[in-house]
Amino acid sequence: MSHLDEAAAAPATVHPLVQFPRTDGSRTPYKVFSSQEVYEREQEKIFRGPVWNFLALEAEIEKPGDFKSTFVGDTPVVVTRTDDGSLAAWVNKCSHRGATVCREQRGNASSHSCAYHQWSFDQRGNLLGVPFRRGQNGMAGMPKDFDPKCHGLRQLRVDSYKGLVFATFSETVEPLVDYLGAEMTPWLDRIFHKPIVYLGCTRQYSKSNWKLYLENVKDPYHASLLHLFHTTFNIFRVGMKARSIADKRHGLHSIITATKNQEETSDAYKQQAIRSFDEGFQLEDPSVLGQIQEFEENTTNHIQPIFPQLVVQQIHNTLVARQLLTKGPDNFELIFHFFGYADDTPEMRALRIKQANLVGPAGYISMEDTEATEMVQRGTRRDPDSCSVIEMSKDKPDQEDTLITESLIRKFWQGYQKLMAF
Amino acid sequence: MEQMILWFELHQLQQQYISALDNDRLEQWADFFTEECIYEIVPRENEDAGLPIGIIYCDSKRMLRDRVLSLRHANIYEVHSYRHMTSGMQIRVIDADTVETESSYVVVQTLQDGESFVYQAGRYLDVIVRTPDGWRYKAKRVIYDTSRVATLLATPI
Repeated sequence: MSHLDEAAAAPATVHPLVQFPRTDGSRTPYKVFSSQEVYEREQEKIFRGPVWNFLALEAEIEKPGDFKSTFVGDTPVVVTRTDDGSLAAWVNKCSHRGATVCREQRGNASSHSCAYHQWSFDQRGNLLGVPFRRGQNGMAGMPKDFDPKCHGLRQLRVDSYKGLVFATFSETVEPLVDYLGAEMTPWLDRIFHKPIVYLGCTRQYSKSNWKLYLENVKDPYHASLLHLFHTTFNIFRVGMKARSIADKRHGLHSIITATKNQEETSDAYKQQAIRSFDEGFQLEDPSVLGQIQEFEENTTNHIQPIFPQLVVQQIHNTLVARQLLTKGPDNFELIFHFFGYADDTPEMRALRIKQANLVGPAGYISMEDTEATEMVQRGTRRDPDSCSVIEMSKDKPDQEDTLITESLIRKFWQGYQKLMAF
Repeated sequence: MEQMILWFELHQLQQQYISALDNDRLEQWADFFTEECIYEIVPRENEDAGLPIGIIYCDSKRMLRDRVLSLRHANIYEVHSYRHMTSGMQIRVIDADTVETESSYVVVQTLQDGESFVYQAGRYLDVIVRTPDGWRYKAKRVIYDTSRVATLLATPI
């Protein structure tokens, strides 16, 4: 009996809210996708807990004073570039009466003031001034012991790794680079090895739970079965070299890659031309699928979730940082931040823009993902105690050179259980 | 009189265009464009910031036909219908055979559960040219206000 079998056979952990019947991640009770109580606990234990949350690309807030409104979980936060060039983030809730301070999505400002009573704050969220603090015409103002230093906006710890900006509520979480970990940083370095340029974002809103999306990006098994674009147009991808690697410590981060085998692929393309001629499905303008080699290993897909709210993606020549935001148990928002490199040739930049057709809300090979997560949400809502069956490749839990596997999902659920103390 | 005829012809083009989309005649969609053309759907926040990324970008009629072929045979999405409402068309004559127009649209979507909702609001920025077959879109830029795309976008706008 391997240690994993023992774990599977071990008595289930009993938590009053949710019971995972197995400890190997192969059975997930549907309740975690729709329960408000589970969702509240996630906001506390995960998003405000010992994790680093992705907020922005540094390229989005390059100049001193630049800011962007975003979220940690469902807590509204603002991330800013301060005048000394460093990064800061604060909860977007006035320390006076709780109103939203910053009401713009993006902008540039030397300070931020709340519209309600004009309390004003510096770029780091420190309180600068309170109108009528000393009263007026003999009328009383704020009490003498009112100390502005004690009434700043709630500030988060912020750090960046190769231009990716993260923030945390935690005082105890490990430094960002350690949080990302030894398995993940080489893959981030691969994408973020030179200066990038932000090209814009697209947003998609799904009526389903945020973890269904994390399952999706840890699930190479579905790729050729749900997304039929390649198979329909007979773009064979034989001889693909594959990787499915999870973080060894907690399984919450992971990376999936697929790499073309040049020779086999060109043969396959020749055969394909004959077959698709027969069947009548062929792209009239296949330029959308071109790929200019720009990495040492010519991967067609690089899908790397960094728990809990980032997925780094390279598909052909598209480069994207996807931000995953929770919007209650039944909804999530996905924001695709597209970028290129500062030294892109005009041809490369044009190809990146054209290949935005592949991914995002109308993407040829991605539009189905939110459809699939919504199908699960609708299907599972009424049966909180039933479980998903996550068995693919379970007999070889450590095999990493495959796409026919659900091992990354099992490892994710194990890490999730630990964080949530389920 | 000439202006009225132009106004009438451009409205006819737009009405025929949305009629094809709203009534599942997607195979006709590409024929409203010239052979070399631009069709793109871009969120307003990117357009306003001068950023190029959108959700659909086609630079040939062939790419438009590919989009429809993929929708019919490859992509998985819930059966749905659109109803486009358009208004406020402004016309700018460039030369005898070229005009630019701008107009607003609202798309109401109906899904399988039978509810209809405002799926997207935005504006069309069109470059329209006279061809032997009549007026055709040389460029159609769809700039949408509804930045959060509900679930996915399959059918063109």
